Amino acid sequence: MTEIAMKEQTSPSDFKKGLHSGLSIAIGYAPIALTFGLLAKSTGLTLAETVMMSMIVFAGASQYMSLTMLTLGTSIFEIITTTFIVNIRHFLMSAALNEKAEDDSTLSKAVYSFGITDETFSIAAVKEGKITAGYMLGVNLIAYASWVVFSGVGHVIGASIPAVLQDSMSVALYAMFIGLLVPSMKKGVKVVILAATSACLNSIFTVTESLSTGWSIVAATLISAVVVEAVQYIKEGGRKYNEQ
Amino acid sequence: MSSEIMWMIIGMGVVTYLPRLLPFLLFKGAELPSFVQGVLQNVPYATLGALIFPGVLFIGEDIWFGLLGASAAFILAYLGVNVIFVVLGSIACLAVYSYLI
Repeated sequence: MTEIAMKEQTSPSDFKKGLHSGLSIAIGYAPIALTFGLLAKSTGLTLAETVMMSMIVFAGASQYMSLTMLTLGTSIFEIITTTFIVNIRHFLMSAALNEKAEDDSTLSKAVYSFGITDETFSIAAVKEGKITAGYMLGVNLIAYASWVVFSGVGHVIGASIPAVLQDSMSVALYAMFIGLLVPSMKKGVKVVILAATSACLNSIFTVTESLSTGWSIVAATLISAVVVEAVQYIKEGGRKYNEQ
Repeated sequence: MSSEIMWMIIGMGVVTYLPRLLPFLLFKGAELPSFVQGVLQNVPYATLGALIFPGVLFIGEDIWFGLLGASAAFILAYLGVNVIFVVLGSIACLAVYSYLI
């Protein structure tokens, strides 16, 4: 991956910056991946299958879901369909990142888009300025390494970290999201409204069980992003757009 | 390795990769209408809101565990602490809390 970053003439410092930014994700993934490895073992997956799944799928929620569905004897087709629905939100995230992406080659974008998760997206999306391939590869690589390695470790040692630490570490990724959101909230009330609206909508969809997790996040995000933009458009009478 | 599991993994990988990849191919160099650009610029903040709530409330046996962790993270982030220390700080806060109760 580093070699590709170099070939695409992105500076190595961007790659290093990415590794640095991705460190919180690596910490947050560790307990989740350990538990995944452990559950995969108890579901009957071999070490190779477990590591392979983390390497090829690289998506936490759907990997967990596939284990539950395997236990229930669900068909492979249904598991794949569910995976698609759970992960369709990444389409929205990639579309948003594409707007911020530096003019790197299609090949390097194709490579780094593989590593887009809720977490790598969040880090990249709130970053100031453009996103280069080197930066994205750095963020993705450290997150990916943690996910794959700890999935394997969880399977091999067949145990997780001590319960107290496991429970406390479950806050890690949420804390990271908060740590990314709050500095942006200071910049303007629009960010606060966007986040609060989608948080409320997602909570309503989840508590009322009206939508599955995958669709719930997509719907909450889209409604919030579109409505807030529309309100601003109407209030400014289209001025913001005429200026551009 | 059972071939059935192998095909499942490959299938899951394909349907996960496609949504990640397609926007970069479909919208490459395309100038989207400015309203759509505005919506896409809103997506990160809206996504973060939906990723945090209600998920963070369900990490413990009761919602207070998650709320405490979220509050610690919020305060640290508000003070301008680096993200990595926001993460470590809220883990430490919850570890102390679980140790005490």
